[in-house]
Amino acid sequence: MGTYILRRVLQMIPLLLVISLMIFLLTALQPGDPVDQLTFGNSNITPEDIARLKHAYGLDQPWYVRYFYWLRQAVTGNFGYSQDFNIPALDFVFQQRMPNTLLLTVPALVISTLIAVPLGIFSAIRQYSWMDYVLTFLSFLAFSAPVFWVAAMAMYFFAVFLPTVTAGAVSLPPGGLGSPDLPLDAGFWQTWLDKLHYLLLPLSILMLREIAVTMRFMRANMLEVMTQDFVRTARAKGLTSRVVLYKHALRNAVAPILTLLGLSIPGLFGGAVITETVFSWPGMGRAIFDALVSKDFNVVMVSLMLLALLTVIFQLLTDVAYAYVDPRIRYH
Amino acid sequence: MTTTLPAKPAPRRVRSNSTLATALRRLRKHRAAMLSLVVIALLILTAIFARVIAPYDPNAQDLAGIYVPPSAAHLMGQDSLGRDLLSRIIYGSRISLLVGFSVSLFSILLGTTMGVLAGFFGGRTDTLISRFIEIMLSVPELPLQLTLSGLFAVSDAPAIAALRENPNSSVFIIVGIFTFFGWMGTARLVRGEVLKLKNLEYVDAARALGASSARVMARHLVPNLLAIIIVNGTLAIGGAILGEAALSFLGFGIQPPVSTWGNMLSNANEVVLEHPYVAFWPGFAILITVLAFNFLGDGLRDAFDPKSRL
Repeated sequence: MGTYILRRVLQMIPLLLVISLMIFLLTALQPGDPVDQLTFGNSNITPEDIARLKHAYGLDQPWYVRYFYWLRQAVTGNFGYSQDFNIPALDFVFQQRMPNTLLLTVPALVISTLIAVPLGIFSAIRQYSWMDYVLTFLSFLAFSAPVFWVAAMAMYFFAVFLPTVTAGAVSLPPGGLGSPDLPLDAGFWQTWLDKLHYLLLPLSILMLREIAVTMRFMRANMLEVMTQDFVRTARAKGLTSRVVLYKHALRNAVAPILTLLGLSIPGLFGGAVITETVFSWPGMGRAIFDALVSKDFNVVMVSLMLLALLTVIFQLLTDVAYAYVDPRIRYH
Repeated sequence: MTTTLPAKPAPRRVRSNSTLATALRRLRKHRAAMLSLVVIALLILTAIFARVIAPYDPNAQDLAGIYVPPSAAHLMGQDSLGRDLLSRIIYGSRISLLVGFSVSLFSILLGTTMGVLAGFFGGRTDTLISRFIEIMLSVPELPLQLTLSGLFAVSDAPAIAALRENPNSSVFIIVGIFTFFGWMGTARLVRGEVLKLKNLEYVDAARALGASSARVMARHLVPNLLAIIIVNGTLAIGGAILGEAALSFLGFGIQPPVSTWGNMLSNANEVVLEHPYVAFWPGFAILITVLAFNFLGDGLRDAFDPKSRL
């Protein structure tokens, strides 16, 4: 196992290098650069000044020179400064934005799995029952609806419609990280309750698709396991349905969920771009979007690399965890 | 003397037993899929006859009708420029369906080609293709789509600038981007299936009879991939429509004046609090369309799967 993990970690390096080259190319080929952005509309600045600035930042170099420069700095942990926020890009993304994204995505992943797995099992055990049909239909709805549209509709419903109907008794804020008029000396619980209030809507929206996908996957797994020989053997030797289903079948059906979780991490962060944009949630997704619009390339690079790194790490973790859960899997 | 010819026997209907015919026969029993087919047929008719059905010119502005809620004259109301929402939705179906069908077609073509090549030749070809798929699956998809779309929208490279001369260029660009990011799933499935198929005896037999690699792939492998191709192709249509909508919502998708359901929803989160109906209808149209394609794809999967009960 140790050698397997080591080999996988070593394989990550070329993978991440290719990904970084790809992302760098895409951002570097964009016309306009941070200096253009900075000097746009400034009549006091001369073309010579602009040329000097570009030279100072190395922006007049061809892209491959810039890439290798970026790479050399990146391996030492220097990802440059954010043009928009005037702090190191890594600090900005890692310290200011990533915690907010994790606050959104980690509970989304955990809670949706906890909801979806039992629902999927139920759906499989009661295949073709009316509950199964209802759950199937709901999950199709969840992955056929545009996320941002559901978010916008939920926003209208909870921030405008419900408060009007209930005269303000029930309402959820349409966006933001916390209420702006929270007193500065608010206690721990008050701060977190306020945050939770703001978290509720984006979290639920982010979970919808996750629940649907995991539930369908769990249902399919369970159905497949239930037709296998060892389940029939267990029944034949007179075990009760309960033991057969929950002890024999379930254990075999749950393991593949780990793979699905690993695969859904990048999608979850991708979904967070949209959810965070809709709800003005200051996380990484929102940061990437804003940085793309304002050409804050250092922030784009460092956030996309972090996402790619997270993705490959999670893929490895799930593969390793899978081997622990399912002793039939052996890596070599 | 008259001779009476024996009456011609009525042609006996032969039940075709091809995979496709069997699957289509089974599909008829799948109620959700059949309903979806009707919905899809209606959508295609709407797209074709948009000019006849739409009550107004989708781009006609009416300054007296800015954000006027639904009325008898404008069933779905009017948008920020007083344009008729119903007419825009009807015309928008053209682009959404066009994007959905073309992305599905191209990504299936690309995915099947890659998958067959990787699975059939193995070795270095397989390593190269599989590694590339691995990379494509590890990159953050949506941000890269945004970057790529932004690049095409403003790049001053001559070829791209020339492409932009065409008012529909953003449609081609979006189709290209989603094809580029959409073929890996099919390629993986096809590769796995080809690995299984290529060791079967009938392939050996074909080889022994002197069939070239190209012939084995085209005549003996691809026809057996029909189920994967059709099911994934159908599901890809919905996926592409959703993807276009998401990109357009963020302002990086298909650009006005071309009206799509996606770009009717750009800034929906800002408009929705005051004018909910403006955001409701385009999203609802997307939901119904994608739902229909997903149900059809699911029905087809069951229909092709001999183990499933219909």
